[in-house]
Amino acid sequence: MNATMGRYRAVTGHRLFWPAAVLVVMLAANTIYRPGFLSIELKDGHLYGSPIDILRLSAPLILVALGMTLVISTGGIDLSVGSVCAISGAIACMYISKQSDQNSLVVVLTALAMALGVALVLGAWNGVLVAVIGIQPIIATLILMVAGRGLAQLITQGQIITINSEPFRAIGLGHLFTLPLAIFIALAAALLVAAFTRRTALGMIVESVGGNAEASRLAGIRSGRVIFLAYVLSAACAAIAGFMMTANVSSADGNAVGLWVELDAILAVVIGGTSLAGGRFFLSGTILGALIIQTLTTTVYAMDISPQTSLLFKAVVVIAVCLIQAPAFRARFARRRRSAPKPDTIADKPKEQVPA
Amino acid sequence: MTTGSLTAGRARFRLPRRQIPVLATLVLLLVMYGIGVSQYQAFSNVQVIFNVFIDNGFLLVVAIGMTFVILTGGIDLSVGSVVAMTAMVSAWLLQEGLPAALVLVIALLIGPTLGLLMGCAIHFFEIQPFIVTLAGMFFARGMCTFISGSSIPITDGFWTRMSQERIGDPRGNFVSISVLIAFVVVAVAAYVLAYTRLGRNVYAIGGNPQSALLMGLPVGRTRIAVYTISGLCSAIGGILLSFYTLSGAPLIAVGMELDVIAAVVIGGTVLTGGSGYVFGTVLGVLVLGVIQTLITFDGSLNSWWTKIVIGGLLFAFILLQRLIGIRYK
Repeated sequence: MNATMGRYRAVTGHRLFWPAAVLVVMLAANTIYRPGFLSIELKDGHLYGSPIDILRLSAPLILVALGMTLVISTGGIDLSVGSVCAISGAIACMYISKQSDQNSLVVVLTALAMALGVALVLGAWNGVLVAVIGIQPIIATLILMVAGRGLAQLITQGQIITINSEPFRAIGLGHLFTLPLAIFIALAAALLVAAFTRRTALGMIVESVGGNAEASRLAGIRSGRVIFLAYVLSAACAAIAGFMMTANVSSADGNAVGLWVELDAILAVVIGGTSLAGGRFFLSGTILGALIIQTLTTTVYAMDISPQTSLLFKAVVVIAVCLIQAPAFRARFARRRRSAPKPDTIADKPKEQVPA
Repeated sequence: MTTGSLTAGRARFRLPRRQIPVLATLVLLLVMYGIGVSQYQAFSNVQVIFNVFIDNGFLLVVAIGMTFVILTGGIDLSVGSVVAMTAMVSAWLLQEGLPAALVLVIALLIGPTLGLLMGCAIHFFEIQPFIVTLAGMFFARGMCTFISGSSIPITDGFWTRMSQERIGDPRGNFVSISVLIAFVVVAVAAYVLAYTRLGRNVYAIGGNPQSALLMGLPVGRTRIAVYTISGLCSAIGGILLSFYTLSGAPLIAVGMELDVIAAVVIGGTVLTGGSGYVFGTVLGVLVLGVIQTLITFDGSLNSWWTKIVIGGLLFAFILLQRLIGIRYK
């Protein structure tokens, strides 16, 4: 009895249990509502189906959320990612639309390099404001969030720039090994970040800076540089996500690209178990969080509910996940549950130590 | 004797330090107004100033609520959506044929209720204000489209009268009733912050919540109260907006929370909390309004310049706050 309880606790206590459970429940609900939901079919050598769509559409969000995870783990926040998405998409589309041969790979690569370069500069701007000048992250990035939308519209002159470029379109809609290319880009970014943070000391350094920047500095870590790099990386991820978003529709709209993506990304990070206070981050949780958000959006579309109303569901999910993860709420809930079978808890105590 | 004069001199030197951001905003406002007057003849018309108030009355009210929240060191992202929801609910209830007075009461109750719930979640479950109010924002915006996907016009007699009533000389310079309501809210808020126990508590918690708790101040009650106040201000703002547009639209006031936060920051309130004035927020809203008026008068500049200029001003003012070093931590 006690062993089963212990194992049950170990599973439910795992930080990925609740997000994963929510995802499974949502997928199950979808399958009940529409039995063909999980089916995948092969057409023209490409795989199609709702799960593939969810993966493809969640790729930009995963990218943005990856960068956001690192920024949040340093104890900061980056509100400007949506604007950076819009700016990078606008620059790339603007450059491509000016060229005579829009299908040339060189043109597309130049456009991407230019846009990525600008994004790195914007990330560096955020990084300098936070790490060097010492402005509160939420406000430092708010500047670029507000002004960036204006800049994106300035670049496109308030127009929606439409392009007709196959290589650029491929970033959003292309395929590789029967799967959408976007998935591989997001996966590659995730693996790269994971390798750099979890296979080297970098991840621990980031966490220590997030835990206490001053103490880390005294311990010999260049806190300022780590924080600076986190913002640059976040902007770079946002730029690539911006390419995907614009490539999906082959047009750049300074107003609409990446709108609310910063909020979705922060949600994904929080759902994944990363604390907004910094000092701890979980990349796998973040990816799971991004998938949950995209599944929710897809579910709402599939059930014929207006896209705006999906915000209502998002609110419910956010509150539910946050409440479950909030230590204060857990303590309250656990006390009530524990108060009934009190002797059991004492007997359980040594067992609890094992999984931890 | 020497020491006395020294401290006196110091005190005189130190006193304006707290007010420097507000004074800077005032100077900026005057400079911008001066530029407007020197460039465009019609700018000197008093009605231009009145129009800034008429167009931004609802923004002013919402910014007052946000000032309370930011003073405690929190943030409320839900304001724009709550404004939209209030306008939407009143438009919908009026369309259903409910009497205006009842609609007004219901609409004014929704915002504070949501604010109260968010405040409780923030205090009792120790979830970050950012996330809680983000959820509130999603909820309110979702409710808007849940009520109706398209805009609902308001034809109610009371609403149209409030919208069209002009106070002052009807052919000359006038303000709308909304401006008067906004001024009343400003006056009440300024009084509460400066002269009541609640106001003192708000500043104390913003300065250092730990010390406030150790001093025996009701930290929890005050924290819940500020989010409720912000909700109430958003609800009043929503009513004013529905007076102004005579409709409820699901996508109205999107991104308004950013304008509101920008106005509060430009008005000199420190985002870590504990320092700032209602008067500064009024100036901050006026700065935003005058920027918009200047860009409208110019005609050749596009609307996106508003955002870029606001971003630049935000940067300048935050840098100023940093240089003065009035942050306590």
